[in-house]
Amino acid sequence: MTALLEVERLSKRFRGLKAVSEVSFTVPEGRMLALIGPNGAGKTTTFNLIAGVFPPDEGRVTLKGRNLTGLKPNQVCAAGIGRTFQIVKPFGQLTVEENVVVGALARERSVETARRQARAVLERLELADQANRPARSLTLPDRKRLEVARALATRPTLLLLDEVLAGLRPTEVDRMVEVLRDLNRREGLTILMIEHVMRAVMALSDRVVVLDHGEKIADGAPAEVVADPRVVESYLGAEALD
Amino acid sequence: MSGLSGVMFSGITGRGMVLLVLAALGLAVAPFVADRYLVSVLTTVLWFAYVGQAWNVMMGFSGLLSLGHALYVGLGAYVSAALFVHFGIGPWAGMVLAMLVAVVAGCVIGFLGFRFGVKGVHFALLTIAFAEVARIGFDHITWVGGSGGFFLPVEAGASDPLNLRGSPVLFYYVALALVVGALFLSRALLHSRLGYQWLAVREEPDAAEASGVDLFRARMTAVAVSSALTALGGVFQAFYFNNLFPEQVFSMGRSIEIILPAIVGGIGTLVGPILGAFILTPLGEALTFLIEAGGLDLPGLKQLFYGAALVVIVVFRPEGVWPWLARRLRLVRQPGEGA
Amino acid sequence: MPIDYYLNIAASGLLTGLVYGLAALGLSVIFGVVRVVNFAHGEMMVAGMYGAVLLGGWLGFDPLLSAPLMAALLFACGWLLQRGLVNKFVERPEHMQFILLLGIATILVNAMLMLFGPDARNVQVPYSFDTVEIGSMLLDAVRLRAGAAAIVVAAALFAFFRFSRTGKAIRACADNPLGARVVGLNIDGLYALTFGIGAAVVGVAGALMTLLVDARPQLAPEYTLLSFIIVIVGGLGSLPGALLGGVLIGMSEALAGFLLTPSMKSLFSYGVLIVVLLLRPQGLLGKRS
Repeated sequence: MTALLEVERLSKRFRGLKAVSEVSFTVPEGRMLALIGPNGAGKTTTFNLIAGVFPPDEGRVTLKGRNLTGLKPNQVCAAGIGRTFQIVKPFGQLTVEENVVVGALARERSVETARRQARAVLERLELADQANRPARSLTLPDRKRLEVARALATRPTLLLLDEVLAGLRPTEVDRMVEVLRDLNRREGLTILMIEHVMRAVMALSDRVVVLDHGEKIADGAPAEVVADPRVVESYLGAEALD
Repeated sequence: MSGLSGVMFSGITGRGMVLLVLAALGLAVAPFVADRYLVSVLTTVLWFAYVGQAWNVMMGFSGLLSLGHALYVGLGAYVSAALFVHFGIGPWAGMVLAMLVAVVAGCVIGFLGFRFGVKGVHFALLTIAFAEVARIGFDHITWVGGSGGFFLPVEAGASDPLNLRGSPVLFYYVALALVVGALFLSRALLHSRLGYQWLAVREEPDAAEASGVDLFRARMTAVAVSSALTALGGVFQAFYFNNLFPEQVFSMGRSIEIILPAIVGGIGTLVGPILGAFILTPLGEALTFLIEAGGLDLPGLKQLFYGAALVVIVVFRPEGVWPWLARRLRLVRQPGEGA
Repeated sequence: MPIDYYLNIAASGLLTGLVYGLAALGLSVIFGVVRVVNFAHGEMMVAGMYGAVLLGGWLGFDPLLSAPLMAALLFACGWLLQRGLVNKFVERPEHMQFILLLGIATILVNAMLMLFGPDARNVQVPYSFDTVEIGSMLLDAVRLRAGAAAIVVAAALFAFFRFSRTGKAIRACADNPLGARVVGLNIDGLYALTFGIGAAVVGVAGALMTLLVDARPQLAPEYTLLSFIIVIVGGLGSLPGALLGGVLIGMSEALAGFLLTPSMKSLFSYGVLIVVLLLRPQGLLGKRS
């Protein structure tokens, strides 16, 4: 199994405070990897470093061997990484379809073609019936799906999902898990996700990386990781495994 | 009003289409039925509709608040006038250089602002600062008359469309052509890849960037398009009025007049700036008329009324008159009614 | 003695700059707390000027005496404006706030134009031509008094924010509106109070300004822009920054007016603004957000 994404000794400080410290992990092609950890562990910062929101102080990010370090977010997107935002950022005044068209236009010059692609993505995420509604009128679960749809429309080889299940009801979580599993199994999309919903993490991921205070404290198969005493102590606690 | 569909002709209902065609026909034949005064008022309306549309490209489409658009009007006016007076180069050729100079100025402001992360109110202030610098600067450029004004030669009864010399009716049709041209250009831009990117940048810059939009490039193109279009309005102004004073052309007041039509009509909509101009200018004229008829000589009353209108509009119709009117009169399809 | 000459000009600029700085303080206070840019600031200042002119004409009041009255009047106006209109716009986009205040500014400046006409009006004070010798410098008495009064008012404002309960509450509100609401502070009331204070301060600055220049409606937009420049140069939301910015702009204007032609002096201020916006957008004493 070749590594699609390689993160090597990534570090970032904010005003002297270490947000991410020497974090390394790899995401093999076609797999789903979950990044977990308590609040403030540096998960979203790691995402932002990969997505090019800010450059790392040290370390390297490579996708299929290509160095992405220091690229801007739009260049990272062009290189093949799509992302969602933890706090959803829909283009509020545009319709749902137009939101996804913007994503599709990342790789497509023709608006007509982009619109067809957007339609297909919306079908896939069960948003097609909302296509003409303004994005700001969507409910939170639909907004989360719109985030995924817009990122998918950029035709990424790697999808970064930042807590797309948070705040959803259990049935909605199951629907989203189904969609993600389907994307991964059938289309071989590689996914790296930050997630707190452990049920989904256990169901979806092939591997789990645990961060705490900006450092990696565990990396392995889901069952191994949740049994790791350090992980239990810092993050999971006893009750989270129910 | 939501999404592109709300501002596109494709979303317009049959009733809206009829109204649109009637308005277009009315404007096309207006000079044959209207008197000289009415033609001059309509020309002013069209000019503000045009520059309002040009400003709308920056603020309405891309979310960049410029309060210094008088800069581009002034540069367009002075460059074309100087070429005509000093070198005998007519406006049709001169406008190319006029637009180019304005685009360069816009790009300098844009480059400085975007590269150094100057945002929101700060960016607006940067645009004011450059316009003010130009105003004071042109006061001291004697080659184009300095603060004493710059005048284009006027020959009575001349008819020379190639040099944009002629009757008020000629200018009326040129202004109408500018408005129609800007309307279709804006529409085409909004339908294009670039247009989608602009709107995305306006709504959520971070998400736009993550979706592959080059923020810097998208914003710079918006500034370039807007400044070029606005400069064309300046060329028109120079040859229509035949005199230019830095205190008027580059003034902050002029910049504000430019943004009013779009704000009153509806920022970010295609029809908004046109509707806004058709509301503001006639209201101003009516007020002037009333003040004169009432024998009152109160300078400032008209502007005071403008200020009050602005407050009323922004309090009661913050998204502008057009979206509200279109909804009330069902001139556009509502979201969810199908395309 | 050319050095003395420059010193003299610089000192005059400094004193004028203190009044500019006081006006900018008002803007800074409002922006720092309410997060609204008061685009009618110069208009309020010129209202303060006309108030001093009228009181001087009718009752022979010295502008220094009119200043507290103008503060009271403008406080009331600012308070009402925030309560009645601006408060609804606090959460709205910046350009909406701008348009609202622009409308208010337009109403104010044209109302003054209609009431007082376009010609310059001034206040007569017995010491208008007196000079005071300090070392080798010769300074105008009016300038010294205006500058000194500006320092007194600014000091009072600093003390209010530092030591009084209300001042501390306003600062808490500026730092964290949500937190302030949670601990039970009346945010809307504090916003109105702040807008009132900002307006009062600029009203005083206006009254003091009549010692230095004649009142004209056309000054209003100029002072609005000038206050902005100063606040941005000094640092948005930083009170000492506003005062420092005012002094800096006042001195550079005075020197530029002397070295270049007087009509070019504001060019210099805009130059300073552009440089600061580009090199240090948070301003000289501002914190990076």
